Amino acid sequence: MDAILFFVFAAIAIGCAVNLVLQSHPISSALSLIGVMGALGVLYLLLGGEFIAMAQLIVYAGAIMVLFIFVIMLLNAGAEPPGPKAKYLKFLGVPLLLALLGIVGYFVQTQLGATELVKFGSKTDFGSPDAIGMSLFTQYLLPFEVTSVLILIAILGAIVLARKEID
Amino acid sequence: MDFLILSLIKLAVVMAVFMTTLAYLQWIERKVIAHIQLRVGPTRVGPHGLLQPLADVIKLITKEGLVPSHVNLVYYCLAPVIAVFFALIAISVIPFGGEFTVPFTDIHTSMQLTDLNIGLLLILGLSGMGVYGVALAGWASNNKYALIGGLRSSAQMISYELPMALALAAPLLLVNTLSLREIVNAQSGFYLGFLPKWSIFALPFPQIISFILFVIASFAETNRVPFDLPEAENELVAGFHTEYSSMQFASFFMAEYANMVTVCSVATLLFLGGWHPILPDMLGGNWIAALLFIASGAMMIFHGTQPARKWDKYTFPAFGVVFIGLGLIFCIPIVQTILMPVFWFCAKVLFLLFIFIWIRGTLPRFRYDQLMRFAWLFMFPVALANLLLTAFLVAVFEK
Repeated sequence: MDAILFFVFAAIAIGCAVNLVLQSHPISSALSLIGVMGALGVLYLLLGGEFIAMAQLIVYAGAIMVLFIFVIMLLNAGAEPPGPKAKYLKFLGVPLLLALLGIVGYFVQTQLGATELVKFGSKTDFGSPDAIGMSLFTQYLLPFEVTSVLILIAILGAIVLARKEID
Repeated sequence: MDFLILSLIKLAVVMAVFMTTLAYLQWIERKVIAHIQLRVGPTRVGPHGLLQPLADVIKLITKEGLVPSHVNLVYYCLAPVIAVFFALIAISVIPFGGEFTVPFTDIHTSMQLTDLNIGLLLILGLSGMGVYGVALAGWASNNKYALIGGLRSSAQMISYELPMALALAAPLLLVNTLSLREIVNAQSGFYLGFLPKWSIFALPFPQIISFILFVIASFAETNRVPFDLPEAENELVAGFHTEYSSMQFASFFMAEYANMVTVCSVATLLFLGGWHPILPDMLGGNWIAALLFIASGAMMIFHGTQPARKWDKYTFPAFGVVFIGLGLIFCIPIVQTILMPVFWFCAKVLFLLFIFIWIRGTLPRFRYDQLMRFAWLFMFPVALANLLLTAFLVAVFEK
């Protein structure tokens, strides 16, 4: 059951990701990205990371992508025509992609072959909100605080840059 | 196998009750607003217009579904589906009552479809995803009014989700869990024998401020008056659903009412103690339902003796008898223990829904800049201060 769900949602994630690149209209691409985020959320859920699955749904699929769509709708961006080199790149791209996948697959097979298999649907507790809160505020307190300061600086920077344009 | 059958039965019951509630919520809203505005509201279809929802549904199903020629067809058809899907699915994690054993069998179950330990986060995530239905509907319609409505809606929902989430975080500090069932269980009991330990009364810091903030933010999240700018009739025709007709139009309405029921349920579960009674058993808390039903039944029979309209002398006594029957059912001890939690939950949710409708009949619509200023300069700082104060007091008084 877990394996079936994994393959279904992995296929959805990859399909949406491919669609994201292939679509010429920004809204279609943005919606495909939401599909990728949602499918990734389900994969986290299958791995037992409940909190991170919901964070994925709320933060990425919910908040960030709404902003993307909002901006695309506000600017009323239309479909983009393919560039002049597109036809020639299409024939070169597929073999190059296959070659890249082959190389990555080869290295994963040889380097990581001996590691333990991932178990889906395991009832471990490491993904629960309690466990994540405990590790964030004890073991990883410094990276957590440094990251929040970094985000605060980024917000302040955005405000400073925006104000300069207004004045 | 038992689990599957039990879940299917629960699913059928919840779906039937939920759908009927959504249809009749429309009737309740029209009636309440009519009486606020000194009208009588729907009266033609059935006694007191009680069959009006049925007539509306038949009308909407049999109506022609117009698709304008200039729309983006895929997203135009997808938008109402997204809106209604994410609105309806949230009911699956909401608990309606405690655990109980089905009479004459040994099946033990809880009045909830599924209890997740991240139930509250799931509801927040689903409410965030619901924005896409509105935004896409506005964009795909290819209509300036619809586009402005969709833009307003997404901006408004992003802005009000922040104070809403902060307001929800404060009571979570008191109960220490994200599972909706455990949140309610943490609010059981009474202070001094009569004051319920609901989050809005709970020590060390009563959550009354965050309750009010949450209710205000949920008005904005569900696009209701006074924050209904996405569908402001007198400036945007009908806002984001201007180009929709028939069942697609109905899905947006269903999504709006389903969202209302969801936010009212969340407010009940987090702040008003879920299915826990307002009075302890010793003070007669178990008899309130029976008393209310019998009293209202008696009042209806009394009104039936002095009919104002022709049919009143038949319809009022009939409803009165039904209500007294309901009241008598609540007097049977075994039914009482099972149904009283459901009664309390429904009573609180209906009370909050009534407030939603009451405010729609009372307040005018905000201007758009007032709406945004209110969210960012008032609600957000207050919610933040409330969260910090709660966290501080919890840290000081509870270990």
